[in-house]
Amino acid sequence: MKNVSLDIREGEVHVLVGENGAGKSTLVKILCGIYTPNEGEMYLGGKRFNPQRPLDAIQAGIRMVYQEFNMLPFLSIAENIYFEKFPSKRGLVDYRTLYQNTENIMKEVGLNGSPQDPVEFLGVAQKVLVQIAKAISTEAKIIILDEPTAALTSKETQRLFDIVRQLNKKGVTVIYISHRLQEILEIGDRVTVLRNGEKVDTQEVKDITIPGIVKMMIGRDMETEYPFDPDVKTGQEVFRVEELKYRGGKNTISLSLNRGELLGIAGLVGSGRTETMRAIFGADKRIQGKIYLRNKKITIKSPKDAVKHRICLITEDKKMQGLILEMPCSVNITITDLTQIAKLGLLNYGKEHKVSKELIKEFAIQTPSDLQLVKYLSGGNQQKVVIAKWMFRKADILIFDEPTCGIDVGAKYEIYLLLWRIAAQGKGVIIVSSNLPELIGICHRIIVFSNGKVSGEVERDNFNQEEILSLAYQNYI
Amino acid sequence: MREAGIGIALILLIVFFLIFSPNFGTTSNWSNIFTQITLNNIIAVGMTFVILIGGIDLSVGSVLALSAVLSATILVSKSISTSVAIPLSILTSFGIGIIIGFLNGAITEKWKIHSFVITLGMMNIARGAALEYTDAATIYQLPKVFVKFGSTQILGFIPAIFIVALILVIIGHFILTRTVFGRFVYTIGNNEEAVRLSGHNTSVYKISTFAICGLMAGIAGVIYIARMSVANASIGTGYELNAITAVIIGGTSFSGGKGSMTGTFLGACLIGVLNNGLILRGVSTFIRQMIVGLVLIVAVIIDKYRKKISTAMQDKMVNQFYKE
Repeated sequence: MKNVSLDIREGEVHVLVGENGAGKSTLVKILCGIYTPNEGEMYLGGKRFNPQRPLDAIQAGIRMVYQEFNMLPFLSIAENIYFEKFPSKRGLVDYRTLYQNTENIMKEVGLNGSPQDPVEFLGVAQKVLVQIAKAISTEAKIIILDEPTAALTSKETQRLFDIVRQLNKKGVTVIYISHRLQEILEIGDRVTVLRNGEKVDTQEVKDITIPGIVKMMIGRDMETEYPFDPDVKTGQEVFRVEELKYRGGKNTISLSLNRGELLGIAGLVGSGRTETMRAIFGADKRIQGKIYLRNKKITIKSPKDAVKHRICLITEDKKMQGLILEMPCSVNITITDLTQIAKLGLLNYGKEHKVSKELIKEFAIQTPSDLQLVKYLSGGNQQKVVIAKWMFRKADILIFDEPTCGIDVGAKYEIYLLLWRIAAQGKGVIIVSSNLPELIGICHRIIVFSNGKVSGEVERDNFNQEEILSLAYQNYI
Repeated sequence: MREAGIGIALILLIVFFLIFSPNFGTTSNWSNIFTQITLNNIIAVGMTFVILIGGIDLSVGSVLALSAVLSATILVSKSISTSVAIPLSILTSFGIGIIIGFLNGAITEKWKIHSFVITLGMMNIARGAALEYTDAATIYQLPKVFVKFGSTQILGFIPAIFIVALILVIIGHFILTRTVFGRFVYTIGNNEEAVRLSGHNTSVYKISTFAICGLMAGIAGVIYIARMSVANASIGTGYELNAITAVIIGGTSFSGGKGSMTGTFLGACLIGVLNNGLILRGVSTFIRQMIVGLVLIVAVIIDKYRKKISTAMQDKMVNQFYKE
């Protein structure tokens, strides 16, 4: 970071935006005492503030709600909220007060359930709320929310915004980091744009527009937000799933996919989209269901079977499930099909080098070399490595779960173009996404999931945000 | 990088003992050192595979004992001629190692239980089986040809059994760095789920590493009786811990995915030289044990710092790249 000066006012929602690597996280980590700055000073309420460790920041009333939830999964909601300071009586935990306080605070943030529920079974939205509840319980003055809505549905997001507004009324300041620009207009008071570790500007939200922010973020104008090529025509059906029921599912699901098609899967988080895709791929067991590839019935019992039929799944959680972070790009790319670079079980490093370099070039992956460890790549480039590894395997059916989750605006556009390129090669692409404008922007057709069932199917000509949303909510009433 | 550090430490240690222990540099002492590190080296080769894949095998010492007593019984059996008994006993030894290793891996994978627990159980099962089988008696008077191999010296100071260990290290190194199987060991050790979702049956590879580890224990069993010319059910106690120590000092990450066979070899040599040199300096067994423990802890701490420095350097280079 270089020479960043920033003022934050009491009781405002101050939004930080910028592409990945722009320095948002570094900035808030300095506020939280996780990093110490080399130069410069901070003042809190007019007094010099110089946190040396996270505890200093916490004691000064600064709380961060983390992207990766730092929770104690096997303990209860109450214990998670109060573990730093349990209410006690004569040195023993006073459980009655603990549960009473927790219940009050859960009501305040709109969290259902019992204080004794273990955190591990909560949904993402509820986990965010637990963290906010914890911040409130310690009477934090500044709460930092880092991408809190990344995995939330629009309804959950609205509830979060309500809570943020309530906090503002009580004089709590919120620093809000988000990639979703629409949210800034909705919740922010002021916005600071960062680029390459420098501050571009701070502006009042009422004075800005989304294209304006994007321009500040990437330093240039952006063409269209979503590419759609009307010249790419979809062909015959290549892939069909009939009456599939995933483990824990109540209903059967059927869907079909055509050649060259980008098929969107919309629905709320928890509506069974991810579970269905994982069951198709064989990543999780399924109870029933037939799968047809080019009208021929195939058996998929494990990811190995799926990959054999050139069906692949690009999971949402790339870091845990898609990439081997501590290993080079080349290893990550070739892992899908080592037979191409090996003979009689012996690896041919020269060939691996060559094919990886070709793919890195083809997909414009920005890396100093194919031997660079994947963990050092940006989110967008990591996603490209995942795509490259499946193109190396010559996948025909590609299922993407949240392909642009956590990827910054400029890189998103590149990913969309890549999806289009894949479809134009006559492959079938399924895209699961919680970002409805994204699906509407790039897909030929959208299938809507609602509470474990397919509640509707919409062709591109009839795309309509309200209608798709109402389909997504249809089975919850 | 990592290996270079251990290599330098080993050289410094040798130089130190050459200066301060007059008898350290004699050929007979070198021969001693080679003999002393042979068994640990062989077992550590197998242990490296298992630790790289994120597991651990505590049963190797007991497997060594079981395979040693079984093959010794065949060797001393009056009803089998020596020319048949030797290959048969070797095969039995290897076979029992592979079978127990396979069971370790298969049970671990089938029920998804940490290998620490399963191999802890297997350690007791194998030891108990060896004791039951021999009734805790010692078997001796093994065939002369067989025992002779155990004390053969090449060039007058390199034991033949050490050559066996060296060959196993080289094969292990080759498998890890040059083969598809080795690639799976490293990738699974780093992120098993990613490999599984890339369309591979990870269990097969994981079970194989345990089978390799068992095989190494079986080989070590044969080498042990060839060298000592006796076998009983209580040999090899604590060998699993020595092997783990060598692997960790050799720089292999205990959580898997990172490490090398060269590191393991150097780690085993380091412990061997240290033990031998300290004996020559007249340091008591108890103090030696303490020193080896200390070296393990210090090695891991140094490794931590080394990692920090290399990460920082890497970060700097990467930042440079993205700036341009």
